[in-house]
Amino acid sequence: MGCAMQDNAQRALIDAEMPRTTQVTIPADPLAVREGLRVLFDTALLRSLADDDRGTAEIVLAEALNNIVEHAYARHSGDIEITLLLHQNALICRIIDAGLPMPNELLPAGHLAAFELTDDLPEGGFGWFLIRTLSRDLDYRRVDGRNQLSFRLDTGQLAP
Amino acid sequence: MELVAEQRGEILVVRAMQDRIDAAGAIQFKDRMRDITAVASPRVVLDMSRVAFLDSSGLGAVVAVMKALAPDRKLELSGLTATVQKVFRLTRMDSVFTIHDQVPDGLRHAG
Repeated sequence: MGCAMQDNAQRALIDAEMPRTTQVTIPADPLAVREGLRVLFDTALLRSLADDDRGTAEIVLAEALNNIVEHAYARHSGDIEITLLLHQNALICRIIDAGLPMPNELLPAGHLAAFELTDDLPEGGFGWFLIRTLSRDLDYRRVDGRNQLSFRLDTGQLAP
Repeated sequence: MELVAEQRGEILVVRAMQDRIDAAGAIQFKDRMRDITAVASPRVVLDMSRVAFLDSSGLGAVVAVMKALAPDRKLELSGLTATVQKVFRLTRMDSVFTIHDQVPDGLRHAG
């Protein structure tokens, strides 16, 4: 009994201390994306998610970041700012870069390519499909020469 | 990208030793797989049980390896972890590959 009470008190303390938001800025290159994801997923914020939600978050964030490295900065140097906020069963993600705008300032459709034969199998184009499938409220805008991408990821856990 | 290969009967088992196949390592993975699969083995099984994460570049690389071996040879996969499985399922690539829970016994003939 006393032990359980202590556990609850401790948990409340951890919840109160755990930041609901985290922000990192990384250079736009593939190794920095890998390292940035490692740092993010080691934060108390993302460690609080269930394994399945963590997996989904890593897929979507990785695709969004890789896309910025490859297309917005087109392998030129630059910074990517990632802000995450845990709010009411959702992880709200905002990613800002100062690279090239999306073509026509629109997000790619992200359709999965059709295939019948092995030779036709797509080796790319999965990224936006995965982002669109796993996220909601996906929004892109060009503001003051910067790309601002935001989306929400449902999380099973009950964030206060 | 560390890959360790071992011939088991008719199967060349390639074990991915790193915990991710991502954009930073996809090209290297593809190149290493091409070198390793230069030996004549009709079946190649990629053991992914240590790979916790695979992004779309990693997936593209696995597909490219499979296409490079086809039509005479087959790339099969084994030991997909939860997040890797999710990427294969969502992109419907799970319908393209033969996927084993564990590395199959190379001494028995498949199918």
